[in-house]
Amino acid sequence: MSIFSNGRAGSRQRAFRNPTEDPLWLKLLLGAVAIAFITVLLLLPLVLVFKEALAQGIAAFWASITEPDALAAVRLSLTAAAIAVPLNTVFGIAAAWSVAKFDFPGKTFLVTLIDLPFSVSPVVSGLIYVLVFGMQGWFGPWLNDHNIHVLFALPGIVLATIFVTFPFVARELIPLMTDQGRDEEEAAATLGASGLGTFLRVTLPNIKWGLLYAVLLCNARALGEFGAVSVVSGHIRGQTNTMPLHVELLYNNYDYVGAFAVAALLAMLALVTLVLKSLLEWRFADELAAVHRH
Amino acid sequence: MSAIGLKFSLPRSRHVLPGFRLSLGFTLFYLTGIVLIPLLALVLRPFSLGLDGFWSAISTPRVLASLRLSFGMALVAAAIDSVFGIIIAWVLVRYRFPGKRILDAVIDLPFALPTAVAGIALSALYAPNGWIGAPLAHYGIRIAYTPLGVLVAMTFIGLPFTVRTVQPVLSELGQDVEEVAATLGATRLQTIWRVVLPMLLPALLTGAAMAFARGVGEYGSIIFIAGNIPMVSEIAPLLIVTKLEEFDYAGAAAIGVVMLVASFVMLLALNGLQSWAAKHR
Repeated sequence: MSIFSNGRAGSRQRAFRNPTEDPLWLKLLLGAVAIAFITVLLLLPLVLVFKEALAQGIAAFWASITEPDALAAVRLSLTAAAIAVPLNTVFGIAAAWSVAKFDFPGKTFLVTLIDLPFSVSPVVSGLIYVLVFGMQGWFGPWLNDHNIHVLFALPGIVLATIFVTFPFVARELIPLMTDQGRDEEEAAATLGASGLGTFLRVTLPNIKWGLLYAVLLCNARALGEFGAVSVVSGHIRGQTNTMPLHVELLYNNYDYVGAFAVAALLAMLALVTLVLKSLLEWRFADELAAVHRH
Repeated sequence: MSAIGLKFSLPRSRHVLPGFRLSLGFTLFYLTGIVLIPLLALVLRPFSLGLDGFWSAISTPRVLASLRLSFGMALVAAAIDSVFGIIIAWVLVRYRFPGKRILDAVIDLPFALPTAVAGIALSALYAPNGWIGAPLAHYGIRIAYTPLGVLVAMTFIGLPFTVRTVQPVLSELGQDVEEVAATLGATRLQTIWRVVLPMLLPALLTGAAMAFARGVGEYGSIIFIAGNIPMVSEIAPLLIVTKLEEFDYAGAAAIGVVMLVASFVMLLALNGLQSWAAKHR
């Protein structure tokens, strides 16, 4: 009797199992695989950065990030980002305004061109400016005659940074503003609002979170760019070394504590960026481009 | 004549909003100055070598080996990222467990972490005395300073692409088709393998192509772990840097053009893939 009822209970359970629910063993297996892969591939390197940075105590860490060359690197990185990010933000808004609010032939092609820097290798991104401004490049001899330094100086670093962060703001705002349409702006314009007034009071409030999201990612990449800046910087310690380049220099000189200390600074920047990015995705998902809504 | 005039005046009168010429003009100016002219300098540069010179610049054994390594390893890394990307996306979308949001946020770490930081961390981790390298060295497996190191770095850098392209498609996917498959007698595994996976395939391919393109061009996270032995673990972007340091601008540009053409082809393939995916949605 008891065996019979057990059997019935078992078969009933099977009959009512949610068909789109994975069996428990599969859940555990896939969950374990996912967590193990993320831990080993992504989390361990991050933990190691902080562990190595503090390997000889907090004093050694502090000394490494406050020595003059490290501070110069921090200053240079911040300067380059402070020029590149606002320029790309203005560009992104202009590009999104023209693409999302107007119709013109070649629009798709223009959007493809704007995305282009993302698919170019960072090293190639630096190389192109060497070919334009280098001594064997198009303008190199002329610049040299007039004593203007682009390569191995701040302008080259800024240009390379602009190139690698070029699409960030535009590719966030274009889908967002296209989704939002042009009705609200057209209503404002019909009611007599000026162009700037329409933008500031109608468009900007609609895109502010998406804009912040894009600027955040743009800034993180600008401060962290390595390959492109490496090619144009000239690696002059204390002068043209950005933070990532300073990490490389210290690491190649076997100053591991120093290298990982500056790396830890950059990793903290990455973590802050991730936290803010996730907050924006959870809190303002509807006001970001659709691809980030998950 | 008047017909043409009419044709041209019509679109302009449709613009209720101001700022079209200003915004498009600035966009084109900035795009041309920052992106197009410098890229043109790259594309034109190898012509100074002539066609034969271009061929001999990119067909040396060392250049070919570096291109083979970059493209080959990027392909393997994209395949690994596809397998784990789909598993991770599945776990993140379908399962509920504590800490899920943190796990989800961590996926983007390779996007946010500067590549040089990732590079030295991976290198220290997989070096023969590192946390992962030491146990593996015990079994005679070496990862750092071999082509496998290149693979690890490319897998690291490419993972967010596959997860983030599959994830939104998976969460929008209705579960009704899975219910139908189950009603028709399919086991859970059959349903996943023959119903769900085919529907995710376009997104997965897109993500894999993006991971591949990123891997081919990647520099910062690779050079520390790769060991950079010519013909063995020297990636193509590094060879560009080496040629630049030797003031062989044309040689560097020749490799750069090959990589640029490859990324153009990838971009076109991606666009094609996306329109194909949109049709088969």
